Amino acid sequence: MAAEEGKVDPMKQFAIEPMLGSENWEIAGFNIAFTNSAMWMMITTILLTLFMVGGMKRELVPGRWQMMVESFTGFIDDMLEANIGKEGRTYLPYIFSLFMFILFANLLGLLPLGLVGVHPFTFTSHFTVTGVLAVMSFSIVLIVGFWKHGFKFFSLFVPHGTPLWLMWLIPVIELISFMVRPFSLALRLFVAMMAGHVLLKVLSSFVIDSVNAGAGYGAFIGIPSFTLMIAISALEILVAGIQAYVFALLTSLYINDAEHLH
Amino acid sequence: MEAEAAKLVGAGLAAIGAGLAATGVGNVFGSFLEGALRNPGAADGQQGRLFIGFAAAELLGLLAFVVAMILIFVA
Repeated sequence: MAAEEGKVDPMKQFAIEPMLGSENWEIAGFNIAFTNSAMWMMITTILLTLFMVGGMKRELVPGRWQMMVESFTGFIDDMLEANIGKEGRTYLPYIFSLFMFILFANLLGLLPLGLVGVHPFTFTSHFTVTGVLAVMSFSIVLIVGFWKHGFKFFSLFVPHGTPLWLMWLIPVIELISFMVRPFSLALRLFVAMMAGHVLLKVLSSFVIDSVNAGAGYGAFIGIPSFTLMIAISALEILVAGIQAYVFALLTSLYINDAEHLH
Repeated sequence: MEAEAAKLVGAGLAAIGAGLAATGVGNVFGSFLEGALRNPGAADGQQGRLFIGFAAAELLGLLAFVVAMILIFVA
């Protein structure tokens, strides 16, 4: 389904391109080109580091910046306290990095930098990236579960009070619901980001095509579409925050399962 | 019907799933608000559960979107 000439292709924004003439870099036959995806990951990391370092001066009377950083750390700390309990502190570094990385990535991808010719790339709209994040969370659950409980970890698949005659069914259902967790985590973030960006591009093609078709079409189709684009952009900022929160929240719930079983 | 046309019709039908998920997400937030207005004191403690319900309802709508994308670009 290639886009025809002169149309806006809503999928082009997700194309991965090698940057800085690195398309032939290889290790053992595998291409390791420095792509736009990798570049935006690096920008995200650098901005996140600057944001955190600026707020970690530990002044006795916190300034605005320190308050901002402390409200983020306090937010994640409260969430872990509520969902895991006092053991939750152990996972604070991981969950906090995960939350801030996804949040910054989602928000950076929404920046209107196209106005100055730089096209932001939302790397959270790729299943490979979110998949790796989800597999990391899932392996932490498995490692913690087997480390703390050994083979008793399998009792996760038999909820309390399961009647004996249902033993052939309930563990199977629980096992399936356990195994789809990494997929649902990764899929949710990737599709939510991708759907929003595709929607914005489709609306922008309405605006461009209707204005090109004449002033009347521009007034009756272009202007409402543009208004809708502004509203959807606001919604996307909300979605960027909610998806980062949901990823961190579900990861903490899964870790709680591993810590405490049922 | 041609295979290409059937794919596009299927992708359009998948949009029904997205609409139904919208009902589900609305129901989650609506019910939460209904309960929260009856007992505002307990509302803040239930926000985690609110977002778990939201995430579960939303995921099924996103799956409909994935089905549409697979039909258009992959199948």
